Amino acid sequence: MAGPLPIADPAPADGLLPASATTDAASRAFGVYLHVPFCRVRCGYCDFNTYTSGELRGARQEDFADQAAAELGFARHVLAASGAPDRPAATVFFGGGTPTLLPAADLVRMLGAVRDAFGIADGAEVTTESNPDSVDAVDLRRLADGGFTRVSFGMQSAVPHVLAALDRTHDPERVPLVVGWAREAGLDVSLDLIYGTPGESLADWRASLAAVLAERPDHVSAYALIVEDGTKLARRIRRGELPAVDDDLAADMYELADELLGEAGYEWYEVSNWATDAAQRSRHNLGYWRGDDWWGVGPGAHSHVGGVRWWNAKHPAAYAERLAAGVSPAVGRETLDHATRETERILLATRIREGVEVSSLHAGGRHAVAGLIADGLVDARTALAGRLALTRRGRLLADAVVRRLLED
Amino acid sequence: MSPRAAAPPVPAATDPALIRNFCIIAHIDHGKSTLADRMLGITGVVADRDMRAQYLDRMDIERERGITIKSQAVRMPWQVGDTSYALNMIDTPGHVDFSYEVSRSLAACEGAILLVDAAQGIEAQTLANLYLALENDLEIIPVLNKIDLPAAEPEKYARELADLIGGSPDDVLRVSGKTGMGVEDLLDRVVERIPAPTGDADAPARAMIFDSVYDSYRGVVTYVRMVDGQLNPRERIQMMSTRATHEILEIGVSAPEPTPTKGLGVGEVGYLITGVKDVRQSKVGDTVTTAAKSAAEPLAGYTEPLPMVFSGLYPIDGSDYPELREALDKLKLSDAALVYEPETSVALGFGFRCGFLGLLHLEIVTERLRREFDLDIIATAPSVVYEVTTEDKKTVTVTNPSEFPTGGKIAEVREPIVKAAILAPKDYVGTIMELCQSRRGTLLGMEYLGEDRVEIRYHMPLGEIVFDFFDNLKSKTAGYASLDYEPAGDQAADLVKVDILLQGEQVDAFSAIVHRDKAYAYGVLMTGRLRELIPRQQFEVPIQAAIGARIIARESIRAIRKDVLAKCYGGDITRKRKLLEKQKEGKKRMKMVGRVEVPQEAFIAALSGETEKKDAKK
Repeated sequence: MAGPLPIADPAPADGLLPASATTDAASRAFGVYLHVPFCRVRCGYCDFNTYTSGELRGARQEDFADQAAAELGFARHVLAASGAPDRPAATVFFGGGTPTLLPAADLVRMLGAVRDAFGIADGAEVTTESNPDSVDAVDLRRLADGGFTRVSFGMQSAVPHVLAALDRTHDPERVPLVVGWAREAGLDVSLDLIYGTPGESLADWRASLAAVLAERPDHVSAYALIVEDGTKLARRIRRGELPAVDDDLAADMYELADELLGEAGYEWYEVSNWATDAAQRSRHNLGYWRGDDWWGVGPGAHSHVGGVRWWNAKHPAAYAERLAAGVSPAVGRETLDHATRETERILLATRIREGVEVSSLHAGGRHAVAGLIADGLVDARTALAGRLALTRRGRLLADAVVRRLLED
Repeated sequence: MSPRAAAPPVPAATDPALIRNFCIIAHIDHGKSTLADRMLGITGVVADRDMRAQYLDRMDIERERGITIKSQAVRMPWQVGDTSYALNMIDTPGHVDFSYEVSRSLAACEGAILLVDAAQGIEAQTLANLYLALENDLEIIPVLNKIDLPAAEPEKYARELADLIGGSPDDVLRVSGKTGMGVEDLLDRVVERIPAPTGDADAPARAMIFDSVYDSYRGVVTYVRMVDGQLNPRERIQMMSTRATHEILEIGVSAPEPTPTKGLGVGEVGYLITGVKDVRQSKVGDTVTTAAKSAAEPLAGYTEPLPMVFSGLYPIDGSDYPELREALDKLKLSDAALVYEPETSVALGFGFRCGFLGLLHLEIVTERLRREFDLDIIATAPSVVYEVTTEDKKTVTVTNPSEFPTGGKIAEVREPIVKAAILAPKDYVGTIMELCQSRRGTLLGMEYLGEDRVEIRYHMPLGEIVFDFFDNLKSKTAGYASLDYEPAGDQAADLVKVDILLQGEQVDAFSAIVHRDKAYAYGVLMTGRLRELIPRQQFEVPIQAAIGARIIARESIRAIRKDVLAKCYGGDITRKRKLLEKQKEGKKRMKMVGRVEVPQEAFIAALSGETEKKDAKK
């Protein structure tokens, strides 16, 4: 099952936000995240909030679009009543789970609900995640026609034994097909990879990268596998059925990815993300790193507005009950104090290419900069120009860099 | 009918002929406290409803471990025929570390019950205390306990005891402290066999202090055995070692709660309260006399307690240093053998160099600091006292490896040695001899006790014993071997100081004085342990062992290459921040050695030998 929710204050039933959250909202971009918590099978490594049909305890996939629409209506009311200015969604992102397990019509209907609630900005980025085996040419065409601009395929690997270790069911041969259909439909394409899977060799990884580059996607994500407590993968490693993940090998893989992607014209803009140019960067995900506002719709979804974070009931049935009762689906929230917001700002901004402004750091953080340059973790030239951009080595040690920047 | 005394003798007016002073000699878990409790119940001094298990052991730690650290004395009435007697049971500490206190307790008695578990037979520490009792000319009453156990072999161990102290196996009493079986016979036997005390009632008062206990409400309670004369309430007394005088505010007997009396006469055992606040003013072994009519000669046998083992105690959280100082000051009030002085370690910060009677004493003190004072502390590797003579004929007493003179000008190093006695089933003789030989032991002799158990005696450096010898002995003999040792002078030895360096910085907490032949092994052991225990840093960290400037062993910790969480959990920034906070919290528990972050746990584990693999994943 998914990891525990953070410990925090209970969320108010009316969902209303403090004035501090909305006063300068006009200066921040606004996005909508829709969490579709369904999967055909649960992958062994996954600890996301998602459910297979047997785990739904009466919640029904076919009701989900209406529930999401209900939460969006609630969201519009809360933001307006809390004094937030009207902001059309600059980005919309359907994640999961597997959003494309729902019929394309449902996804389009949910997007319509976003439009009804907030409007959708001109040139907005509208993405859905998808598994290569859960869409076909017709679905992709319907999504594009319905307003989607981008699809992010969970390719993970091109190597069968790696896909098997991850419990991924798709045939790697299908990836070129779905990429072709997405392009024909006029969608931008991202391919998502996982590296560091137990049993995956550097050669396997090189093969996956080559397969990605052969498709020339607009965007590539490459995430190091995290063995989360409580997952089947963690149990299999503990029992010795699979080898433990070697961090040094994962570092080699990251370096290889950055090298090959760089040579092919992709530029990193976040620790785990590369794009062909600035226009192809995922604006929705950048919103997370930049501290923008977003409303997360769906079970277990997280939201952030002006330093207030909250999260919804995890189980689809509990989520649906709350909405039906007319109360906020949120079960916990926290209002960040100034110091915590600063910590998060540095934690998040350090990971992206534009980085943290040196002048925005407190004394201890500024003091750490020289050491970070000396250790080859931040780029010297950029630092002298006033921003901290991680080097390749720095990206691999980003958490350590953040800790040093936050030292007193 | 219960033989409880109808008219118990009154303290201060008891004919010495009606007094019996005895103690119980037993190994840690052979049931001494249970037997003592049973005696309290049977003689009626503790009502059944007030009985709590191990009544006499006051401290939590004692009760938990089932060992007695502080002795006490209880006066119990007992009737044999028509005569009522006063039995004084003096509870002795059971462990070798407290052998001086044991010897003073024994000196307060005329007899001893030798209590042995009928399922286990005699153990080394019991033998050592038995020797002490025989040296003090005590009458020995051999007793097998726990005869109700299914595993009991009373015939076998009765023969073993008879072999050991003479007499017939039939003389060995069989009791069960748990059920009370045989305990009344034992009390009768005490009256019958143990001689009454003798002394000169008209001579100046002389009383021997056999225990001194700090009580936070009453100050120091001094337990004495009267030899000559009499002590009375309000009288001024004098401690013969220091000539200090105090007024007796209260005098009495333990029954077993403190019960004031009109005084104490020849042969009696009881307590004094004078209002002093520190057990050092009332030292075990000292002689108490009256200020008005002082005795000419103190009783024999007094010595100052001498620390044998030293260790640095450091608070894990440096800001607890003042609390640690306060806690040690408080412990000192009740523990005359504890000595300490401030010490600074590069790696561990501010702490105290503490001297202990032995390893158990060290363990008890650190445990009390943790439990009674809620302090998290690290104890450095125990060290013994070395006398180092330099070539310019200066002698330095080294209780801490950091005091070891450097620069190759050493003429001689003398180390303390002990006479060690190990008792074990005969099958383990080879293993034990191998272990002792590897610790530079010299065989003194070997004797069979009964059919299948052997006592092996060795001369060994104390420094070898304090360095995990006992753990090794236990693990190599499936826990069967028991160990006792006593100081046996010193010897010259080829000893060197091995330093451990992290990225070129010496980590003083890991320096050790070892025999030259063992230096390499120690270096390899410690560098290997640290390589496992210290997490990878952002740079490579060499770990070296060195004698002076000469490197004898080397390991290195490769630089960490990946320390980043790849994903952002679908906007769950809170989770990511909590992870960061956890990482930062973890960092607070790190000590910096130069630029190297060393977790506290690594120090503790390296010092205790509990090497667990550091967590490989981030």
